[in-house]
Amino acid sequence: MRNIWTIAKREYKIYFSSPLAYIVMLIIFAVIGGIFALNIINLTSNPFGMNQAPDATIVTGPMAFMLVFSAPALTMRLLADEQRMGTLELMLTAPVRDWELVVGKWFGSFLFVLTIIGFSLVFPLILNGMIDPGLDQQLMLSSYLGIILISAAFLSIGVSISAMFSNQFAAFFLSMGVLVILWFLIGIPAQIFFTGGEIFDYLNMNARFYGSLNRGVINLSDIVYFLSITALGLFIGTVSIETRRWR
Amino acid sequence: MIRVSGLTKDYGIRRAVDNITFEAEQGEILGFLGPNGAGKTTTMRILSGYMPPTEGEATVAGFDVVSESIDVRRRVGYLPETVPLYTDMTVFDYLKFMADLRHLPNGEDRVDDTLEMVGMENRADGYIGNLSKGMRQRVGLAQALLHKPEVLILDEPTIGLDPGQVVEVRNVIREIGKERTVLLSTHVLSEAQQLCDRVLIINKGKIAAEDTPANLQASLIGSERGMLRVRGEADDLIDKIRKVKGVSNVQPKEDGVLEFQFAPGQDVRAEVARTTVKAGYDLLEMRPIGMSLEDIFLQLTREENAEMES
Repeated sequence: MRNIWTIAKREYKIYFSSPLAYIVMLIIFAVIGGIFALNIINLTSNPFGMNQAPDATIVTGPMAFMLVFSAPALTMRLLADEQRMGTLELMLTAPVRDWELVVGKWFGSFLFVLTIIGFSLVFPLILNGMIDPGLDQQLMLSSYLGIILISAAFLSIGVSISAMFSNQFAAFFLSMGVLVILWFLIGIPAQIFFTGGEIFDYLNMNARFYGSLNRGVINLSDIVYFLSITALGLFIGTVSIETRRWR
Repeated sequence: MIRVSGLTKDYGIRRAVDNITFEAEQGEILGFLGPNGAGKTTTMRILSGYMPPTEGEATVAGFDVVSESIDVRRRVGYLPETVPLYTDMTVFDYLKFMADLRHLPNGEDRVDDTLEMVGMENRADGYIGNLSKGMRQRVGLAQALLHKPEVLILDEPTIGLDPGQVVEVRNVIREIGKERTVLLSTHVLSEAQQLCDRVLIINKGKIAAEDTPANLQASLIGSERGMLRVRGEADDLIDKIRKVKGVSNVQPKEDGVLEFQFAPGQDVRAEVARTTVKAGYDLLEMRPIGMSLEDIFLQLTREENAEMES
């Protein structure tokens, strides 16, 4: 555990000296802020025109979308760069287990995304002050839980793919490809096939987020699903680091 | 401290290390000598717990490198040939990070002490990315020394250093080698000669020779050599010197320079000098030519190659 923390702490610090991480943060907040502002303008200019009062999902909805593209940018470097620079040899000869290295890397990126999520709480707080009787708190809790769970899963997929490459851009594009499939495309075959479509439905991340967590529904099965994807990603990442030793 | 038996490593169909066996004791500096691609780095990587061997066994500080890899890694300090470092960290932060991974108590003090040992204490706050090759080499060495390892494995520790730094690093290694086990690889033969208690010559994945530098020299030479220089042409002198008792061979080199061989322990120099002067030549210079480890090395690897071809 101690090694995981040591590695995560280093990665977390490095994000704050990396221009890429700031750019990712900036884009996320620009998009979320823009959408938020549009909603507020809409609300203040035409308070009776809306069917429903705005809630925390005007932040978490676009944020989930943004994470599909930002998570690969944040994880691409993590293990691919260690291989390119040769520092993987340093890590693999230090008294650190392979899984500790992979989990530490993932946890560092997760902490960074948690920081972004933490900052994004500003928007619901503003909203809470503007509308009466305040935000739907259960919905906010559940949609933020959803964001945290999908971040964990996205970053874990990114780390596992970063472990397979020594070129960070290859890792970026493949991670993004996998996330685009799991987020946007996997719903399509479920509608085409009458039998066997359940598998695709089961894997559909998008439906599990927008269909339930982001609507205030906390299902144990969704939580288990995202945690399983996270664990699977970290496992694959560990295996692929282990196989590096044999080459 | 290090026990290796029947160690073999294949990369696909290429055999990088072929059934090597050796041991190194505590307080010994063992040198790995060999051309590039001989299998030195591969052997060191196996011993440092980086990769498992294809066949054979190795124990370091009493632990098996495969099944007890973490225990091995705790007790080994390893400096890889490429000196990988996190260039986006300062020297101090980097070493502190490595100290934390090794769970060292008083990590910061240890980092300070080690930096002093390699003479980098005033560069602690500089970014590694801005350091010269020699400085990086020293940071790498500091990383390997941080936890006072029982076994130190150094892959080409002095490569890329300027002569002053080479001397410093060698002194550090010599100091450590008094109490601990040091395994170092080099292709600078004089380094092996100066630094190592014992030398393993590796070629094509096999051990070609193993002994102290002095013994290797003695056993392989078979004869001693000397050279002499006279004013003018020395062609007529060759036959005269050949007749001197004990001299086994004479060869002309450049103008006025002859090289002669004689049986070890039978000093013929006085007689050779007398003969030269008697023959009417002006003797300008005469000195023994020691056979260097370089010659031994070339001879050994050449023999090996000849065997392979035949």
